[in-house]
Amino acid sequence: MRFVDEFRDADKAHALAAKITALCEPGRQYKFMEVCGGHTHTIYKHGLEDYLPESITLVHGPGCPVCVIPMGRVDDAIHLASQPDVIMTSFGDMMRVPGGDGSFFDAKARGTDIRMVYSPLDSLKIAKNNPDKRVVFMAIGFETTAPSTAMTLLRAQAAGLTNFSIFANHVTIIPAIKAILDSPDLRLDGFIGPGHVSTVIGCRPYEFIARDYGKPVVVAGFEPLDILQSIYMLMIQMSEGRSEIENQYSRVVPWDGNMVALKVINETMELRPYFEWRGLGFISHSALSVREKYASFDAELLFDVPGVRVADPKACQCGEVLKGVLKPWECKVFGTACTPETPIGTCMVSPEGACAAYYNYGRMNRNRVMETEVSRA
Amino acid sequence: MTAGQADQDTAPGNTSTQETPAADTSEAKEATGAGGWIADALREHEEHERSEQAIISPAGQPGGGHSHDRGRVERRQLPMADREQQVLDRIDRARRRRPRVREERITMSHGAGGKATHTLIEAVFLDAFRNPLLEPLEDAARLHINGSRVALTTDSYVVSPLFFPGGDIGDLAINGTVNDLSMAGAVPLYLSAGFILEEGFPVADLSRITESMRAAADAAGVQVVTGDTKVVERGKADGCYINTAGVGIIERDVSLGVANAQPGDAIIVSGMIGDHGVTIMLARGELDIEADLESDTAALNGLVAGLLDAVPGVRALRDATRGGVATILNEIAKSADVGVLVNEDDIPVRDVVRGASELLGIDPMYVACEGRMVVVVDGSQADSAIAALRAHPLGEQSAIIGHVTDGPAGIVQLKTAFGGTRIVDLLVGDPLPRIC
Repeated sequence: MRFVDEFRDADKAHALAAKITALCEPGRQYKFMEVCGGHTHTIYKHGLEDYLPESITLVHGPGCPVCVIPMGRVDDAIHLASQPDVIMTSFGDMMRVPGGDGSFFDAKARGTDIRMVYSPLDSLKIAKNNPDKRVVFMAIGFETTAPSTAMTLLRAQAAGLTNFSIFANHVTIIPAIKAILDSPDLRLDGFIGPGHVSTVIGCRPYEFIARDYGKPVVVAGFEPLDILQSIYMLMIQMSEGRSEIENQYSRVVPWDGNMVALKVINETMELRPYFEWRGLGFISHSALSVREKYASFDAELLFDVPGVRVADPKACQCGEVLKGVLKPWECKVFGTACTPETPIGTCMVSPEGACAAYYNYGRMNRNRVMETEVSRA
Repeated sequence: MTAGQADQDTAPGNTSTQETPAADTSEAKEATGAGGWIADALREHEEHERSEQAIISPAGQPGGGHSHDRGRVERRQLPMADREQQVLDRIDRARRRRPRVREERITMSHGAGGKATHTLIEAVFLDAFRNPLLEPLEDAARLHINGSRVALTTDSYVVSPLFFPGGDIGDLAINGTVNDLSMAGAVPLYLSAGFILEEGFPVADLSRITESMRAAADAAGVQVVTGDTKVVERGKADGCYINTAGVGIIERDVSLGVANAQPGDAIIVSGMIGDHGVTIMLARGELDIEADLESDTAALNGLVAGLLDAVPGVRALRDATRGGVATILNEIAKSADVGVLVNEDDIPVRDVVRGASELLGIDPMYVACEGRMVVVVDGSQADSAIAALRAHPLGEQSAIIGHVTDGPAGIVQLKTAFGGTRIVDLLVGDPLPRIC
């Protein structure tokens, strides 16, 4: 398959892995965080850790949009969906995210009208086709998906729709990275920067990480070779004592970002004073709400949103996993009380969540893998 | 300055990034989950944790680990790899516990063929109807009636859309049931057909469906000999649902079942995987992707007969419908208590299926087929099995995809095309329901 197989070439991977290993100083441990959940998924799906020397540890960061949605926010959304004549729409990833009182799937089974869409524009179609219903789109995601929500708002306005609104839960990546850098219990050597987010915001917003915190960042693509190459680029920086922002994903990510996308976000949305992130707590200026100019499309103004706050179950250690303090399997309830079929914490819900990725794909340490191969031979 | 860039130039010390509105914190209630399942799961976890303290506390420290806290301290002192191993063992035990349905109501996941489906079947249906004939949970039950061995199976079809490239709900309903009988090593003979029709359904569509059922039955050499019709009010069904049941006779001296799998056995798929599932997803028209692809729906009884005639060492056959090949591999690993190791490179998948799956973020290993089967065969007879399968038009692209191992029992591992290794577990949720 063209444009994909080129980035999954095992020979090239072996060559890169050898170069990475050669750069490791004996006795030194390296800890890199891949911020984005898409990277976490690639790492486990392709068994990337098998290529890395033991001295390099990958820490799975908070860049999974559904993983950081607090449970209370899901309850709020279900409350909205339960109002008369409401059709709630959202992405498939959102359907299984647990709230304090069950997920969208559970609410759907109780009779609320919740529909999965592939694009917010599909929600617009539903609104046009159901003029006697009130259609709400639960918007989630980082700067990656915010432009499509913004465009949908603009189109809804142009079409003069009065039965469509947005329940905005868009979050921004930079404050979350900053919160992690300021977290006292964490020592990272560098970051594999998010690829999709960077197609929108570009590479400049990361400059403070190198300047103020002295950590290198390499913005990376999503194929396994992309990630190996970005680790190699991080190792070169480390070995040369540099900390800079580099762009491995230059085939997609422009250094200055996508101005058109940023403009439509800015036109329709503004930063909230603060927003709760699951596991990370309240982070100031870390999320977007609909601008007043578009108030007639803001579900938070059109409906009475209860503002439910739900504390995580005490046994849940999603916060530590999101910050990379704990490996997924080090959580007390990992794999026993908390599994992909009954996720107590959100890291277990989405295939991009660190825990679900580890449970589904990685749940096998290297020794066991080697034993299997020996027994087969 | 745009919203996305707003924070780029703020010095780290100048903003407090983690301010918590103090008054709110105390008001937050702790999550219980619908029906309190979170609390239940945690209580269950605590009980098992306590009972496992003796196992978890390391050997060579007699008397240690009886108190909860001491056990934890000792665990911390172990090297990382050992601790990880202990957690993995604990998960393994948790996975083998009796399944329980935690949801209060049926959700779409219960019909997706993954973990929720398995849990529902084992915790509700098997629990209610438990008997030795049902317990193997094979595609068809094997009965002894007056000295004859008979296979019996039933299946319901709710596919949407009703008509799709390469087939429709009618031939699907015939082929699916014929295949379930064939997988038991039976010669399919007679089928029943039950129709649930929605008020307003076009008679012309129904005729088109029955015509394709007749053609499929002729091709498979079976007859529809009894039936039933129900009509429900508009909105109470989605056009047309079909149930078929079938009986066949097992004349060969075979006892096929995934529990028979042994280390060293070869695992074969009979052709390109995922065609049906991807065809249906594209046919729904929600994705605006166009591709030249047809469902693989076909009756496999001819292919099976050729294989069983030529190869005595066939241990199990399964048609890879809902849940795809990955689900079958997990059933092999779990039922036979063996490991399974497959090579991603050896799994036959069309480029168009791989491409569409890549775009949709799904794995072809989990995508349904309606005319492909997984064969477990004695390793020494793998080549003759491939030869027998390839001699039939439906098996031309058969391939050995992996082996049964004595590696970690109950676990399916995939050697990725990229050269890494990963687990292939049962699928948890399926956001694209009703594909067969």
